[in-house]
Amino acid sequence: MAEKTSVSVAIVGSGGAGVLTTGAMLLEAACKAGWNGLMTRSVGPQIRGGEAAALVRLATQPVECLADNVDLLVGIDWVSAQRFEGEIALAPGSIVISDPSAGPPPPVLAPAGTRIIELPLAQLTKANPTWRANMIALGAAARLLGLDDEALRQIIKLHFEAKGAGVVNASVEATRAGGDSVAAVAGAFRLAPPQSANGKRWLITGNEATGLGAVRGGVRFAAAYPITPASEILEWLAPNLPKVGGTLVQAEDELASINMIIGASYGGVPSITATSGPGLSLMIEARGLATAAEIPIVVVDVMRGGPSTGIPTKSEQTDLNIAVYGLHGEAPHLVIAPQSVTDCLLSTQWATFLAEMLQAPAIVLSDQALGQTQVAVSRPADISFIGKRLCATEIAAPYKRYALGGSGVSPMAIPGTRGGQYTADGLTHTERGIPTSGAREHGAQLDKRCDKIERYDYGALWATLEGDGEIAVMTWGSLTGVAREAIARARADGIAVRLIAPRLLLPTRPVEMAAALHGVKRLLVVEQSHSAQFHRFLRAHYTLPQETSVLYRPGPLPIRPSEIYRQLTRGESL
Amino acid sequence: MSATAPLACKPGDYKSETKPIWCPGCGDYHVLMSLTRAMATLGLPPEQIAVISGIGCSSRIPAYTSCYGFHGVHGRSLPLAAGLKIVRPDLAVIVASGDGDGYSIGGNHFLHACRRNVDLTYLVMDNHIYGMTKGQPSPTTEPDFDTALTPGGSGVRPFNPLVIALASGANFVARAYSGNPLETANLIVEAVRHPGFSFIEILSPCVTYRPDQRAWKDLVHSAPVEATDDAARAARRLMTDDGFNLGVLFRGNRAPYRPATDAAPCDQIELEKGFEI
Ligand SMILES: Cc1ncc(C[n+]2csc(CCOP(=O)(O)OP(=O)(O)O)c2C)c(N)n1
Ligand code: SF4
Ligand SMILES: [Mg+2]
Repeated sequence: MAEKTSVSVAIVGSGGAGVLTTGAMLLEAACKAGWNGLMTRSVGPQIRGGEAAALVRLATQPVECLADNVDLLVGIDWVSAQRFEGEIALAPGSIVISDPSAGPPPPVLAPAGTRIIELPLAQLTKANPTWRANMIALGAAARLLGLDDEALRQIIKLHFEAKGAGVVNASVEATRAGGDSVAAVAGAFRLAPPQSANGKRWLITGNEATGLGAVRGGVRFAAAYPITPASEILEWLAPNLPKVGGTLVQAEDELASINMIIGASYGGVPSITATSGPGLSLMIEARGLATAAEIPIVVVDVMRGGPSTGIPTKSEQTDLNIAVYGLHGEAPHLVIAPQSVTDCLLSTQWATFLAEMLQAPAIVLSDQALGQTQVAVSRPADISFIGKRLCATEIAAPYKRYALGGSGVSPMAIPGTRGGQYTADGLTHTERGIPTSGAREHGAQLDKRCDKIERYDYGALWATLEGDGEIAVMTWGSLTGVAREAIARARADGIAVRLIAPRLLLPTRPVEMAAALHGVKRLLVVEQSHSAQFHRFLRAHYTLPQETSVLYRPGPLPIRPSEIYRQLTRGESL
Repeated sequence: MSATAPLACKPGDYKSETKPIWCPGCGDYHVLMSLTRAMATLGLPPEQIAVISGIGCSSRIPAYTSCYGFHGVHGRSLPLAAGLKIVRPDLAVIVASGDGDGYSIGGNHFLHACRRNVDLTYLVMDNHIYGMTKGQPSPTTEPDFDTALTPGGSGVRPFNPLVIALASGANFVARAYSGNPLETANLIVEAVRHPGFSFIEILSPCVTYRPDQRAWKDLVHSAPVEATDDAARAARRLMTDDGFNLGVLFRGNRAPYRPATDAAPCDQIELEKGFEI
């Protein structure tokens, strides 16, 4: 059988069956052996128990999204597995591994005619009580992919060493037995050898990358209120910030967490908080305060299904409106959307840089599909920017904290600086920060806060622009990688398609966008929302080609590369 | 040191030129006087002091000092101040609030500030009314007090912020009356010096919406007993007193909040090791 360049594996089972551990270990073993890949999780709402799926894609080249279909479906059990209808679709020629004692796989996942390989999990664990079913399944999956036994053994050791040699040995035996049980189809989805991966290999999730980006950008204070799917950012920062001289505090709610970071940043320390939609909603008033008082802060929103509590564990791109417009009054601020798991690092570092440079709040608009996806990659390159806040040091009386003129960014006195005493205020104020309700001062300060953000030169990072031709796909956030894969397929068919994905959503960049769209006759907008929020946003701020169509759908069903590809290749009308 | 000792710095050094918006006769003028006097006694340079507030007549106080200030949003002064103090332990951070700002919209933060015990000084100018929004009942307003929003009274029982502070873990609890500025200044000095979260409830009349509070000057009196370090005893006293006992009521000895920081910070690159495989 021909070796493959990309293989997708779905492992399903009820909670407690070790599904996510199995997926993670498969990814780690592949990463150790030099392949690239990623793993996304899909879980039900239960805290423990309930259904879980580990969606793993392994490839010879770096990949940024799940594939359309699954080549190998492994059922540790099939309890509640039918809930993944639509999320797991089998590819032609796929194989399902199933324990005969667990009954047949649900037809919504494995329609009649699907090739099923039996793996007697219950029987094996009964005969060998120290073996765990998920380790047997791991061994079986690894054997089909042609994964090196040694890489698997190393990962097992890494995971279970602390539990003692007995557990390590039992797990090694269990994986070997699992592999042997599927010997008939060994190598059915053998991956081509990895491209020589040079440098260090990393396993990192989007949420961890976000935390690392913040630290690289100079953040040294975080305030936290837990929420799915953002908590891992905070839980990564909690032990790591102190290592670089910073600190994290758990707040009593999001009203507190955002006000804490405003206070810390006012004190001169770059600060961050992370949340999801419900928390971002609570933070609106204080985000306006940060704009008015000109305090740099970074707020990460890892989007999940909404409105209200919505679907906490699954992705959607529906906080765009609240991130962009969700403030009373005129409150210019920055909204930056990471485009891949590793781009969470760059985007958060950039957002921190911009917040500090522009003395304004920045929102990083990530989502569950980025935050909770783990990728196996080569170490991301360093980027050098660390924001340097313009501070007042030599102060001539009277100090004007909100002085007009220049770029609009005025020197900020950090408490402790002699002669710089001022009162930061959310009330409309004069250049000295003294409250006023005068029309002239109000207009002048609105102009100042708008101009400093509008006039800044954001450079090439404002958007990802790839390819040329008269057809373009415009998308954002986690769908960027999906669109890129679809475009590559279209190009292979000889259809030239551009990719336009703004990383900087606010402030809008009309001149740059017009240049990016120059020559585009047909545009396909792609987004994960029910009301086409992104398309409405684009229409409000940019001039789009007459022939523009929109591919949009709410979460949690991810948009797949093939859907975009089909739209691109449908001929004349998109 | 007491506020009546000779001062190296003058209270006037801690006043700004900004003219208060307060009504003539408002109790908050006296609180400002007490605050600047306390600062002078403490002898800290104005740039080493930060005064943080929310929204309300009382919350206007930061800009009337010559210190660093933050006039934030309604009810959120305590978390903002905690964030500042945690990253800048070198500053003296004083939080100013009102009974609406601190006990109603900011009530949750009050509980957690007491629990967390960050080294802050919390001054609540309690006039049993929302002054700034023109006279609606607050959590300390009497149930039969008639207002436009609650004709005939709210019918809702007021709460006792001092008892709540004790139950939640505040490390220093006192009651003051704005009309006794020297005594109030002394209490502020002691509160700033006391480690952890120090809370002073300052009875500060609203002459405009609560003219009846002019009678407070005849009702207030010194607490008849010494402060205790037993929170339960202090709470029992407070639940049975007449609400006009002044002075320090509780001095705790709980260690203030300490953020988790490593003694020897490492290079950022070290953090990346966790991702290597
Ligand atoms: C979120 C929000 N809700 C309501 C208001 C309106 N508001 C301003 S001050 C205030 C009450 C202030 O009362 P208090 O803290 O007792 O201060 P006082 O004016 O009595 O000193 C209210 C409700 C506001 N500014 N923000
Ligand atoms: S309304 Fe009351 S609290 Fe406000 S300034 Fe006037 S007297 Fe003082
Ligand atoms: Mg009041």
